[in-house]
Amino acid sequence: METFVFFVAAAICLAGALGVVLSKNPVHSALSLVGTLFGVAVLFVAQNANFLAAVQVIIYAGAIVVLFLFVIMLLGVDRAENLSVDPLVGQRAAAIVAGVAIFALPVAALATTGWDATGAIANLGSVSDSAVPDVEGIGRVLFTRYIFALEITSILLAIAVVGAVMLAKKSPKAADMIVDLPARPTSTDADADAASADATSEEGTA
Amino acid sequence: MIGAIYALDPLYLDGVGLAEVLITLGKVLVTFLILLLSVLFMVWFERKVIADMQNRVGPNRAGPFGLLQTLADGLKLIVKEDLIPNRSRRFVFALAPFLSVIPAFLVFAVVPLGGTFSEGDPGIVTIAGHETFAQLADPPIGVLWILAVSSIGVYGVMLAGWSSGSKYPLLGSVRATAQMVSYEAAMGLSIATLIMTTGSLSTRTMVSVQAGEGFAGFVPNWNVILTGIVPFAIFFIAALAETNRPPFDLVEAEQELVGGFHTEYSSIRFGMFFVAEFMHPVTMSAVIVTLWFGGPAGPLLPGFLEPVSGIFWLVAKVFVFLYIFVLIRGTLPRFRYDQLMDLGWKVLIPLQLGWLLLLAALNVGRDEGWNYAVVIGIGFFVVGGATFFLLSRASEVSRQRRELGEVDA
Repeated sequence: METFVFFVAAAICLAGALGVVLSKNPVHSALSLVGTLFGVAVLFVAQNANFLAAVQVIIYAGAIVVLFLFVIMLLGVDRAENLSVDPLVGQRAAAIVAGVAIFALPVAALATTGWDATGAIANLGSVSDSAVPDVEGIGRVLFTRYIFALEITSILLAIAVVGAVMLAKKSPKAADMIVDLPARPTSTDADADAASADATSEEGTA
Repeated sequence: MIGAIYALDPLYLDGVGLAEVLITLGKVLVTFLILLLSVLFMVWFERKVIADMQNRVGPNRAGPFGLLQTLADGLKLIVKEDLIPNRSRRFVFALAPFLSVIPAFLVFAVVPLGGTFSEGDPGIVTIAGHETFAQLADPPIGVLWILAVSSIGVYGVMLAGWSSGSKYPLLGSVRATAQMVSYEAAMGLSIATLIMTTGSLSTRTMVSVQAGEGFAGFVPNWNVILTGIVPFAIFFIAALAETNRPPFDLVEAEQELVGGFHTEYSSIRFGMFFVAEFMHPVTMSAVIVTLWFGGPAGPLLPGFLEPVSGIFWLVAKVFVFLYIFVLIRGTLPRFRYDQLMDLGWKVLIPLQLGWLLLLAALNVGRDEGWNYAVVIGIGFFVVGGATFFLLSRASEVSRQRRELGEVDA
């Protein structure tokens, strides 16, 4: 049963991943990404990590990809790209090198462990201990052992929010500067957290 | 691991045989039918109540009191011609209605529908000799499931608008997406207070926690009282916005956007959006009742009615909220877009954050044995002061911006 769930979810993940890479239309790519994220969520559930599965869907599928789509639709890049032009010189070679390197990383990790990595729940202590619900376990670990990393991350996110708001903000001076630029939507490429500021200015630009 | 999934419901404890599979399928079917019928009813109810409010008769031709009007409308939609605009992206255009209607159904899966919760009973019912919960599924993260599924509902609206290949639907869907993503934040924060108060993410546990004896023996132990009404009010406003109900129905503001994201849809494809649209008040009322008003928990009915008391209380409470939803639709004018965004980001989220901190302070104070009155006094002073400052500042800024003409109003 578990193997069956794994193979179905893995197939969904892989199909989605291929769809992301191979689709000509960016919107179809984004939708394939949602498929992959759902596959991963199912894998989390099969590993008894219900909380991670829910968060996966809420954050990634429900917020991040929605914002991807938002940007794609508003910037009007929802068309097939001309593949014969390289916007950055040498990006293909760099992409191949980076891809091979990233692929080599897990292979090397697997090789050093002697190819015996399984899908079984690892003995990681309280997080995957079935006696403690995973929400409680994650909360406990996050706010004790990893409290420093958590705080640093939250500060980073707060800075990103403030930065995004500043970028999206229309001060009188900034408005003068924008006039000199070629006409295109200025506020739509801002970050996720500036959605409100975005949305108010969209009516003007869209 | 898979065993842990089986342990979620007492039904599966003795292994899974044919009877268990049949009971589960039966529960799926019953949940599905309840929702479909409630949509049929909801459409009629809404039209009838609004007709009353506007001194009209409302639907009165098909069936007694016009009850079958929705059925007739549905049949009409099915046999109408199905148009696919030339400039639409066909695949996504066909996919979008399903992405809209399926999440609307899925939310209902975690709503406890019945079972007695009084006297420490965890809401177990017996079907054909098998013990189970009177809800389709009780995942340990039930509340997050509601958030997750309703965040997936955004895709239906968004892709419908984009794939139609025309201006008004795109504008409508852009508005809808921004609105739904914004209010999801407020909704999630208000659910956080709930999780803090009940100490659980499972909807069934939340109901059984609320079933206990409340203050002074007659005030119910509902979360709406335990968390001090404000989180509930925020949740309710966010629920209205999430479901694109008036006064937040800018998505389909007829005067500006024709029909909004489903302008180009016809026939049964439109029917699916329609079903989703009227299913949202039903599922949202059920969720509100489950999370804040004790769900099916309530005093047992006398005599032979005792087994159905859970369902009775649930339906009674849901009815109240359905009526409120219709009442709001019939009375409140639509928000302007910048007002909508101001309300979501500058009022609801800061207020809810402050309230969350206040409740957390009270919890800590209770654990540490601090003087309750002092904690409440200081907490209200700090949170209230901060909230007032933020609110006045926000409204001031938005007024200035409007006067400067920076916002198209």
